This record gives sequence, C-alpha cells and structure tokens, in this order.
Amino acid sequence: MEGLVYIALFAPFASSLFAALFGMTERKIFVGIVASTLLATSFIASAMLAFYVYGTGNAIHVTMMDWISAGDLHIPFGFIVDQVSVTMMVVVTLVSTIVHIYSIGYMDHDKSFNRFFSYLSAFVFSMMILVMSDNFAGLFIGWEGVGVCSWLLIGFWYHKPDVSREENPSISPSWAANEAFIMNRIADLGMLIGLFILYWNIGSLQYDKVFAAVPFLDGTVLNAAALALFIGAMGKSAQFPLHTWLTDAMEGPTPVSALIHAATMVTAGVFLVIRANPLFSLTPEVSYFIAALGTFVAFFAASMALVNRDLKRIIAFSTLSQLGYMFAAAGLGAYWIALFHLAAHAFFKALLFLGAGNVMHAMHDELDIFKMGGLKKVMKWTYLYMGIASLALAGIPFFAGFFSKDAIIETAWNEGTIVLWAILVITAGMTAFYSFRQVFLTFEGDERYKKYGIHPHEMYGYVLVAMSPLAILAMVAGFGMKSFEHFVTKLLPDYHMSEHTHHIAWFLGLVVLAFAVSGILLAYKKYYHGLKRDEQLENSWYYRLLANQYYIPVLYDEFIAKPYAMISNAMWTKVDMKIVDATVDGIAKFLYKTGDTSRKMQTGNLSNYLNWMAVGAVLLLVVAAISAAAIG
Amino acid sequence: MIGLTDYLIVSAILFSIGLMGVLRRRNLLMLFFATEVMLNAVNVAFAAISHYYNDLTGQMFAFFIIAIAASEVAVGLGILIVLYKKHGSLDLDDLASMRG
Amino acid sequence: MYEAIAFYLFSALTIGLFLITVMSKNVLYAMTSLAAGMVLISGFFFILGADFLGVVQLIVYVGAVMALYSFAMMFFDATRDIKEKNTPAALIFLLGGLSALVLVLIFAGPIHSDAIQALYPMHEGVGNAQDVGIVLFTKYLVPFEVAAVMLLVAMIAGIILAGKKMDQSLTKDTSVDDADEILKQKDAK
Repeated sequence: MEGLVYIALFAPFASSLFAALFGMTERKIFVGIVASTLLATSFIASAMLAFYVYGTGNAIHVTMMDWISAGDLHIPFGFIVDQVSVTMMVVVTLVSTIVHIYSIGYMDHDKSFNRFFSYLSAFVFSMMILVMSDNFAGLFIGWEGVGVCSWLLIGFWYHKPDVSREENPSISPSWAANEAFIMNRIADLGMLIGLFILYWNIGSLQYDKVFAAVPFLDGTVLNAAALALFIGAMGKSAQFPLHTWLTDAMEGPTPVSALIHAATMVTAGVFLVIRANPLFSLTPEVSYFIAALGTFVAFFAASMALVNRDLKRIIAFSTLSQLGYMFAAAGLGAYWIALFHLAAHAFFKALLFLGAGNVMHAMHDELDIFKMGGLKKVMKWTYLYMGIASLALAGIPFFAGFFSKDAIIETAWNEGTIVLWAILVITAGMTAFYSFRQVFLTFEGDERYKKYGIHPHEMYGYVLVAMSPLAILAMVAGFGMKSFEHFVTKLLPDYHMSEHTHHIAWFLGLVVLAFAVSGILLAYKKYYHGLKRDEQLENSWYYRLLANQYYIPVLYDEFIAKPYAMISNAMWTKVDMKIVDATVDGIAKFLYKTGDTSRKMQTGNLSNYLNWMAVGAVLLLVVAAISAAAIG
Repeated sequence: MIGLTDYLIVSAILFSIGLMGVLRRRNLLMLFFATEVMLNAVNVAFAAISHYYNDLTGQMFAFFIIAIAASEVAVGLGILIVLYKKHGSLDLDDLASMRG
Repeated sequence: MYEAIAFYLFSALTIGLFLITVMSKNVLYAMTSLAAGMVLISGFFFILGADFLGVVQLIVYVGAVMALYSFAMMFFDATRDIKEKNTPAALIFLLGGLSALVLVLIFAGPIHSDAIQALYPMHEGVGNAQDVGIVLFTKYLVPFEVAAVMLLVAMIAGIILAGKKMDQSLTKDTSVDDADEILKQKDAK
C-alpha cells in the first residue's frame, strides 16, 4: 500500500524529469507518450488506493522523511491517503492523464513540445503533494509548486509581445502569467499568516494535532486563522477581488486551461476549506462570509459570461462561477457536497475546455465565437462532447451537474439563507443561458468562418477517444452521489437536509430546472439560427460594463499597478541607486583612495624608509614607557 | 659613584645621535658611519650592564656584535662599490629605483 | 674619583666626536671623528673592567673597520663636499630628541632589579682575558665557530663584489692545445 502511495506521488515527478531531459530539443513524440504512460500509472495507483480506502475505510499514513526538526518545530514530509485526499487524487490523476494524451495531439505543431510535458507533469506532482500532504506546511509546498507551474504554463508562449488592453484584455501570456503569480502571492501572505497563527497557538502543523486542538482555542484566534487561511484560498481559487487572473490565464495553451484552471489548481482553495473543515465549522461568521462571497462570485462571473465573445473566456467565467458554488456549499457546512461538486465539475469542465481546444485547433487559434458557427457539420464529435458538458453544466437531470448543483442550492434553502438561495437559482439560469449561447454560436447557425478563409477539421481520433471517459463521467457521475456520500462522510461531517427541506425537495428542484430550461430556450431562440448583431444593445452601458468585466482590470491597473510601479521606480532610482549603491561604492572608493594614498609611501628612497622605521621605533618606545609607567 | 644609570644614559644619548645620523644622511657611506655609531653605543650599554651585574654575558654579546659589525662593513662596502660602478653616484635620492 | 673624571671626560668627548660624525659635510672629517670616537669607546671598556673587549675594539674597529672605510673613501673625491638635499630638519631633530628623551627617561628610572642572577659570573682572582677565554671557548663555542664561518663568507663576498674581472672564472683551465686558440684568446684580451 505504501508503495502505491509513492508511485502515485512520484510518477508525475519522474515524468517531468524525463521530459525535462529533452526540453531543449525539437518535438519528440515518445516524450508525450512516456509522460502520459507515467501519469496513467499514477492514476491506476490512485484508483487502487481509492478502492482500498473505500473497501476498508482506513486511511493510509506514511511519513517519508523529516524535513524540519529544529527545537520545537517538527515538520516531516508526510502523506495521508484518506477519503478526501483519495477523491482529489483520483480526480487530478484522471483529468491529468487525459489532458496529457490530449496534449500530444494539440501541441503537435508547437516547437516546445517536450518542455510543455515537463511543466505539465511538474504541475501534477505539485498538486499531488498538495492533496496528499498530512500537514499544512506540505500543503503550502504544493500550493507554491502549483503556483509556479501555473506561471510557467500560462506564460508558455512567453515570446509573444505585449499588446494594448483593447486588442487583448490579457495583454500577453507573460503579462498574464505574472498577474496570476503575483495575485496568488498576495493571497499567500494571508495563508502564511493563517499558518503562523495556527502554529503559534497549537505548536504543530500536522492535521491531526491541529484539528484535535482547535476546539480548545479562543474564538478570536479561530476567526483570525480561518479568515487568514480563506484569504489564501481566495487567491488560488480566484474569488473576488483576486479573480482577474483566472480569465487572463486563458493566454496559456488550452490543455493548461483544462487541467489547471478547471479541475485542479483552482480547486485547491476549496480543498483547503474542506480539509480544514474542523476549523471552519467552529467559526460560523467566517463560514457565512465564505458562503456569501462564493454566491456573489457565482453571480458576478455568470453576469460577465453573458456577453463575452471569447470562447475560452466564457468557459473561464463559468469555472469562476462554479467555484463560487463550491465555496457556497463549503461555507454553509455541506463539505461533502462541495467535494462532490468539485469532482463532477472537474470532469465536465475539463471536457468543455478540451472541446474548446478542439475548436481552436481547427480554427487556427481563432477564439471569437462571432467568427465561428455551423461547425457541427465538420466537428460532430466535438459538438457532441461540448453539448454533453454544457448539459451537465446547466444542471439538466441525469447529467452529473444536476445532482451536485442541486444539492448545493438545496443546502442554501436548508440553511435558511433564502437570499443566497435566490441568487444561486438565478445564476443557474444564467449558467444555462451562456453555456448554450456559446454552444449554439459555435456549432449551429450560419458558417461565419468561411469568409475568413479558415478550413476546420475534426481533431485526431485518438484524442477524441481519450476525451471519452470525461464525457461518460459527465453523464453518469451523478448517480454515484449516494455512495460517495456514504464513502466520504466517514471523514467529513455528514450533512443532511432537514425533514422540511426533504418534503419540498422536488419542488425546489423543479424551480431550478425551470430556470435552467428557460435559459436554454432563450439561448436557442436567440442564437440557434445564427448570429444577429444588435448594435444598440452592444453599445448600451450595461452591455459594455459586462463586456469590460465591470472595468475592474482597468481599475486595478490604474490604482494599484501603476502607482506601485511608480513607487518601485522611485525606490530604485532614489533609494537603491543613490543610497545603497552609493554607500557600497563609497566604501570601495574610500578603500581605493586609501590604497592610492598609501602607495605614495613607496618612494624607493632608503632615507625615507629609515625615517619611517625610526618613527615606528620611537612610537614603540613611547608606548612601552607609558605602559611600564602605568603598571609600575 | 658612577652607577649603571649613568652609563646607560650615555649609551642612550650616543644611540640617539646615531639614529639622527641615519635619518639625516643622504650619502650611503655616511649612512654606514652613523650605523657604526649606533652599534658602538649598544656595545657600551652591554659592557656596563655586564660590569654592574658581574656577568660575562654582556661582554660576550658585545664581542659578537663587534664580529658581526666587521663582516657587515666588509660586505656592505663591497656592495657600495658595485652600486657606485653601476649608477655613478652614492646619493640615496638617485638610487630610488624601487618606486611604488 | 678617577673613575668619575675619566667617565665624564670620555663621555663628553665621545658625544662631541660622534656629533661631528653625523653632522659634518666633509667625508674626511666624519671618518676621522668616527675613528677617534671608537678609540674613546674602548676607553669606556677599560673603565668597565672589560679589558679583552677594549683591546678587541681597538684592533677590530679602529684598526680593521676604519681601514676598510678609508679604502672605500678613496673611491670618492674627498675634497668635494657632500651635497645633501634638504631634509626636514625639524622632523629629524624631533625624532632623535624624542628617542633620546624617552630612552633616558626609561634608563633614569630605578630599573635595577635585585632578582637578576648572573648567568656566567665573573671570577675574582682571574684576569678578564682568561675569564672571557674560558667562557668563550666552552659555553659560547658554537656561536664562535659560526661567527668564524660568517667572517669567511663575508671575506669571500667582499672579494667577489669588489674585485676586477670577476665574471671570468679563476679556476677553469684556460690552456688549450691549439695554437690558434691561444692567439685568439690573446686578441680577445
């Protein structure tokens, strides 16, 4: 069993190192194949571990080695495979394996093919450390690791130059990568403060010790720790106000978006809240704040997706929105429901992104859906996949999203937070609308791409085969909800709906379904038969507000980035160059001058030297006389 | 009546005179003279101490100093001659070729 | 009493003569006063009962060393005054005066220690020369021999440095069989 743990953990690492050997050479297809095989090994190990944990209900706890052992601080490299972490492991490895196979086909024209696989596998390794670690410090190592790999992958095409914001809201891949990393870093400060508070009060960062000691801590301490940890989660999971990096991260290659910004990295924040549920259960105000913020973000992101033209950006907004749903569930105490939605969402969102990647590949990287249309004629399978994923996303019955999203919305009703419930229901309707708006504009209607001279074709066969498990899971995963609940609530607190909610559950579900179906129908009416541009609508103030993301990126640029750059520049020229450098240079100059002056002592004149000798001798005599007199 | 102190004072004065000569002289030969003065002063001190402590060690020391001074003069003058042949002058300021 | 007179006379004369040595601009005067001063130093030795040392001083210093200096002086024009560049006289007098002052102060203080034990004590009935001889050839034998070697080395060095045609070998066999070689060597000379 322990061997399986290590295989699951280190197979991606081996894959990354192997691919790194070929980082500088041209595309070699076996690199992709080896990487995918190693990832598949990791997936099989994770699945076997999942079966074991499911069967026996025991967790596997291994300690690899000591990391820090200094005085009272003791942090080992330890890993725990329990119900929560094994769920994450299976999800991460499954989606990663499929994305790796997909990338072999998607990146076939890219000259940095090998480097891509190295980065991708390194990311999976960091994510595995994050979910498998048994202490907060290990979690933080994985946290930072995924941040770095995300930066590397978003900025994969770093040689693309910066453009203006009107041309491309993300400016350039390297700019977007920096934005993502810096925003994550800002949030990491909160996370670190949370870790410090926990360590200061408890003396250990191991999960078992922390969660055992948490009920005995003071209320303010708990609130502070929970809030600080959640700020860290806000950065990683792109909650408002640290949300702008997620949409800009679409500058990276599509497999990256599928893996990182749908299934794994952005769910790390949710994972943190779920993992630390003993802490969050004891701080109801912070939890309510999490739920409220999550609901707000869900609505906020969905509103921006309604009018967006960029294919991947719409899907990114929908990720943001669904993350809000997950946080709402976790904040309201329904941790296992949040975890279930996390897993289900990973499947259909990854499928959506991979489908979008197919479309991009076919359309030669064109992303504007107003320039597409009628692609169902040439890309049947992709249409099918994206349709299935969108149905799941919209929450149509029998698809995975129906079960999970409905559970969350029911939780909101159950907790008595009717306002949150209402917002979540409206958002469900909006979700359905914009998902199908995107699907219809891309695949149905008139073939607008023809006038741009693009000749699309379907993606390679093996890639479509690789995507199929996701499609199947998007359809059937919902039916495993009961057994999932039974499985995971051995560790997580069980959350049941009250009797009252149970009685009207069918009614509540019908309300949500009504909203979702009406959203789909509206999209059908508007876009099924092709695109009809409405100039007046597009120039109205609310349309432009939504289209420019509420002008928040511009605000950040004007009021945060530019002043900070000015301050940095001033510090550089006035403090660093004038003071620090001047001091160091001054010391050097002083030494040089001293040497230069002392050099003049070497006159070569014997008489001069004798003079100095006499001076020295007399000086010594004087010193001797004085000290002798002082002593005597 | 004449104690050790008096001899030592005389030796000190002679030594300082020699020191002054060493500092002042620019001609190499004259420098040597001043060095001889210093050595002699030290010899006087040694002999005086030896006398007043009834110890022969001081005289031994002075004896060897005389021997060393003699050999130093021999070699020194040889070098002086070679220097004079090479540079044509015995003035210290002209011989300052090892400038820093 | 005689000792006191002798001491003061000798010290006054010695100081005066050595002052002339270091201050004079004429080489001849400097050298002469140096020789005279050394004679008076040997007088000091005789007052102090170091007979052997006094005689050695006369023989070696006054006799040999001053002779060496005289020969060296023959290289240079004795009538010409030594021109010396202006040295900062103040500095020199300051240093010299300061050192004299400090040393005198050091020595004038009561520095005698009664705990000093004579290493090689003098013997009463024996003359100084015998005493010195015994100690020199028994206790100080090795330094004596080393000093002898050093004197040998100094002599050789003096010869090599000062001699003419020192770049040619003194021991190599210059006789050759061929008559032409002899003629060539003759021309070369």
